[in-house]
Amino acid sequence: MINNIYNMKTTRRQFIKISSLGIGGAAIAGSGFSMIDFFNLKSKKRTYDLSELNRYPTYCDVCFWKCAGWAYTNKAGKIIKLEGNKKDTHCRGRFCPRGTGGLGMYYDKDRLKTPLIRVEKDGKQSFREASWEEALELVASKMKGIRDKYGQESFALIKHGTPGKHFEHLFNAYGSDTIAEPAYAQCRGPRAEGFKLTFGTTVGSPEATDIRDAKCIVLIGSHIGENMHNSQVQELSDAIDRGISIITVDPRLSTVANKSKYWLPIRPSTDIALLLSWIHVLIYEGLYDKPYVDKYCSGFEELKEHVRHFTPEWAYNITDIKPKKIRDSAREMAKASPAVIVHPGRHVVWYGDDTQRTRAIAILNALLGSWGRRGGFYFKEKKKIPNYPHPGYPEPKWTWKDLNKKYPFAHSGITTEVIRASIPGVDGEHKVKAWMVAGTNLTQSIPDKNLTLKAIENLEFLVVVDLMPMEITGYADVILPECSYLERYDPIRSSTFRTPSIALRSPAAKPKYKSKPAWWMAKQLGKKLGLNEYFNYDDYAEVLDWQLKQIGTSLEEMKKIGVKNFERESGALYLKDNENYRFKTPSGKIELYSKKLKDAGFDPMPIYVAHAKPDEKYYRLIYGRAPMHTFSKTINNPYLNDLKDENFIWINPRIAKIWNIKRNQKIWIKNQDGIISKFPVKVRLTERIRWDSVYMVHGFGHDNKNLSRAYGKGASDSDMITNIKTDPLMGGTGLRENFITFLLDNPHKNVEL
Amino acid sequence: MKEELFISGRHLEKIDPHLEIWEFPISLYLFLGGLAAGILIFSSIVVLLNKEDKFPSAARWTPILVPIAIVIGLLALIFDLSHKLYVWQLYTTIRIESPMSWGAWVLLIITPLSILWVFSYIRELFPRIDWKFSILYRFESFIKEHKKFLATLLIPLCIILGIYTGILLSAFNSRPLWNNAILGPLFLTSGLSTGAAAIILFSKSQYEKHLFSKIDILLIIIEIGLIIHMVMGYYAGSEAHINAISILMNGDFSFMFFVILMGLGLIVPLLLEVFELLGLKMSVILPALLVLIGGLVFRILMVEAGQLTRILY
Amino acid sequence: MVIDTLKCVGCSDCVVACQTENDVPFGYCRDWVTETVTGTYPHVEMELRSERCNHCENPPCVRTCPTGASHVAEGGIVVVTGNECIGCGACIESCPYDARYQHPEEGYVDKCTFCIHRVEKGLKPACVSVCPTRCMYFGDIHDPNSEVAKLLAERKYKVLAPEAGTKPRIYYLI
Repeated sequence: MINNIYNMKTTRRQFIKISSLGIGGAAIAGSGFSMIDFFNLKSKKRTYDLSELNRYPTYCDVCFWKCAGWAYTNKAGKIIKLEGNKKDTHCRGRFCPRGTGGLGMYYDKDRLKTPLIRVEKDGKQSFREASWEEALELVASKMKGIRDKYGQESFALIKHGTPGKHFEHLFNAYGSDTIAEPAYAQCRGPRAEGFKLTFGTTVGSPEATDIRDAKCIVLIGSHIGENMHNSQVQELSDAIDRGISIITVDPRLSTVANKSKYWLPIRPSTDIALLLSWIHVLIYEGLYDKPYVDKYCSGFEELKEHVRHFTPEWAYNITDIKPKKIRDSAREMAKASPAVIVHPGRHVVWYGDDTQRTRAIAILNALLGSWGRRGGFYFKEKKKIPNYPHPGYPEPKWTWKDLNKKYPFAHSGITTEVIRASIPGVDGEHKVKAWMVAGTNLTQSIPDKNLTLKAIENLEFLVVVDLMPMEITGYADVILPECSYLERYDPIRSSTFRTPSIALRSPAAKPKYKSKPAWWMAKQLGKKLGLNEYFNYDDYAEVLDWQLKQIGTSLEEMKKIGVKNFERESGALYLKDNENYRFKTPSGKIELYSKKLKDAGFDPMPIYVAHAKPDEKYYRLIYGRAPMHTFSKTINNPYLNDLKDENFIWINPRIAKIWNIKRNQKIWIKNQDGIISKFPVKVRLTERIRWDSVYMVHGFGHDNKNLSRAYGKGASDSDMITNIKTDPLMGGTGLRENFITFLLDNPHKNVEL
Repeated sequence: MKEELFISGRHLEKIDPHLEIWEFPISLYLFLGGLAAGILIFSSIVVLLNKEDKFPSAARWTPILVPIAIVIGLLALIFDLSHKLYVWQLYTTIRIESPMSWGAWVLLIITPLSILWVFSYIRELFPRIDWKFSILYRFESFIKEHKKFLATLLIPLCIILGIYTGILLSAFNSRPLWNNAILGPLFLTSGLSTGAAAIILFSKSQYEKHLFSKIDILLIIIEIGLIIHMVMGYYAGSEAHINAISILMNGDFSFMFFVILMGLGLIVPLLLEVFELLGLKMSVILPALLVLIGGLVFRILMVEAGQLTRILY
Repeated sequence: MVIDTLKCVGCSDCVVACQTENDVPFGYCRDWVTETVTGTYPHVEMELRSERCNHCENPPCVRTCPTGASHVAEGGIVVVTGNECIGCGACIESCPYDARYQHPEEGYVDKCTFCIHRVEKGLKPACVSVCPTRCMYFGDIHDPNSEVAKLLAERKYKVLAPEAGTKPRIYYLI
């Protein structure tokens, strides 16, 4: 039975698809024909002199790497170019393509321009423009209403990125800690817990990988290069010049797989088997770092016994990788030890046993002696920035922790649990009644779209804060337009790295149209909720100046230099020889065997469990990134859309032959639960992908016509992800057990969409 | 399997997936240029041989087409430019390495010369014309006296005009379909052939028609020979050349090449003209028209198919 | 220019940087990234190349230009003087790398200029300056002490379409 989600009628909350949103006040940018230009025989000057430009420090908001740089504006105040800050350790003076193209976020004419409020007339719902006063008053009144009726805990915040920080402060002041971000349970949550269980600390963001000095790097679940994780790509590139050997495990020939000494084209879902066999080789061939393991690890004997039978021959049957290759790559790793990194990956929610898989990676790192060693993982540090003084937050009656009861090892809000808690009568007695969604296109980032839509249907109120008219805005009751990062102040960037550093984000231009920065929205809402003491400033610049003065600099200085690097205070970057280091685990050592897991009823050491394979004529859906996009965030950006405006579905030529599919043919895709893609996707016939899988770049197939460049281009892989494999340890939603088949004819021909 | 693709979204207008910079206006210009060259060469030869009365069409009527054809061709060229206001820059310099530059200058010279050519006898055809100013009458007699000189001047210029249209294309080694040495002479032959056909079309004298039919038959045979020579040369060339010629032989353009060009444009008129000469009652107009259409089609074909081919990607 | 294909990840930063630096209209690009895949799974290889006008030593576009608008400037950089270009398209037809295009607003023919306006000030072209993998190098190959000369002396390299006889001056390290 075809269950086309787009036929779902939501009576309470119609998905609004009108042709224009909020044009009021938009400047008509004219590039019209001018008589002067026609007769002007001198060609327009299309380049500029850097010395004639003003520059403002900022740090990029296009992805989480937050590279610091400069926004250059000309005398008329027009932002001309973005360039990296040479002193910044995150980018060393060079922005990635998305950072360089960040201008597009500012200039995109499809931006949200005014606050919008949902109204209903004659059964049809639409948005009408509203003033900020009206929109904020409505949001504040709803927040008060929820507080009085259910308790403020019932108002949840689902966030991502810098706007999230401002609203987190607001919600905490308001009394709600029902806060979650998709980046945890839908992305990197499992590795944080996997590493924490082993080493006692999380792996950090950016990851504390010392690629700069590594002799070997193992990538199992990371496609460095296609993810433009700036400093990591830069360090890897320098390392290639130095002769680093790369081992990549990927069913697809990723960009970095092509640069690898060993590419292990693994059968999807069998990674744990490979990791276990590597551990076996390292232990039974005596290649592990014995002094390190003896001194710092506990549970070695249990581990040795555990992997006794996990030989490369055993792994070959499961993973499709020849035993010789498994041994050779293991020996390559060991040869480089301790300057070897087994990269934890970033998006690790695959099959539901992801915490265990990342624990296997952590164990492998421990055996190679890379944690706390040069060329392995350094001890990260960040500069502590004092909080701007405010009264203590009220204690909520329940928080996100209460929604995570099922998952003992979750240390952050699980978005899918918040969503489930918004559906009456499904899970638990805590009910979430309203959401604020800030900075995430929820319907494309959460799997099983039906679940999210059902939750939204039952909400009493949904307010969305966004820069672009993303799909999630179509479900909102109130839309608050945020300005881009080039138009606002934001919290000081202080991320973990080898040396602590801070970066300033300051506006290079005034907010366009009627958009406002998130700090302003939070402050206004705070004022309306009677929380003025938490927002004891008029302009966020005051907060920044105060904070900067506490750490020995000032807003004025930061405006000139953009980035300030500090000396480390927490100790050495690496373990000293024979240092008596105490890890933050219960035993004080690196736990190869986790008693904590055993006590909680889970496997103390990772085991391999076979996962579902696709049926005949179905192929596993693998998805990933393209270096010029950050999914929904950049999809409509004119500069980046110019580079890539649609995704393709990668199909192996052998399979294409069976189906008689030709290159660039448009096909629709259907998954195992009968969900069909709304838009067709073009086919790329390539030998880079296995015959049992297909690959698509995530973030396309947008359904909102207001995204003029992105609408209808490519297909949405996330719509195909309806089967969730939940990680029992921390609630991560495994997304890779979804299989699709091809539909060569238009399945929507007779259906009104 | 080898796969090659742009991954940065390159899709330049009129460049990807294949060039479409030169379209109908250029093909038209090449045809008209060849036609004008052909007509004028025959016209000059007739004058030099003092046979003007025997060949009234060649010497008098048909050359009227020439300035018209050249001007239309020039307008088509200018229309095709993307930076039209600067077209005068063409005449600020002569660049010997650029066939386009030769073409520009040759046209600059031929256009007034061809107008003068027609000017010299136009009153014989249209006695009603009155120049009004005596200076023009004196000018007319001046040209008439020096007509033979003009003819000797025109012949090499027209040969250059005819050949250069081919050399223009063959100088681009990045378009494999154009990159062969035969294209120049081939276009010249084609131009002469279309010139002869035009003369036949406008001729009322049986003698003239027959002679030019014979000349045309000879030219068509040479043309077919050169085309075969060209095709064989491609098959003996690099992979890029083989790929290029297969567009014509067994690709998108093979219908146009075999049926329209070779068939209707060359072989059918050849046969018709031969039968005519053998005494069978045939229309004389038809083969002439076919040759003219064939000439235009040939140039459209070469310009379009040539831009389909590239060395890379 | 020397480009190390072993380090390039195909991020296309060079394309965006060029677009913002040179005000290249949307839908057009002066440089682009090409991917070539050979082999059969799992014995597959691929090559990524950032391509642009090669500023050839023997440039067919300069030869064929009827007005001289397309000419070789200081340092061997091939540029087009907009005010002399008539937009005939001959240079576009003559380029084996299809590196040129007719500017949609201005009408003249446009292409990569090696950011001559930056090179004159001692800076590197925008693409070279922004590349995060630092796989692009720019300099004088006739100067034996320059980075580019040393790289060409030490590493294997190739050029595109050598059979066209244009003597391109972008070298790809392989």
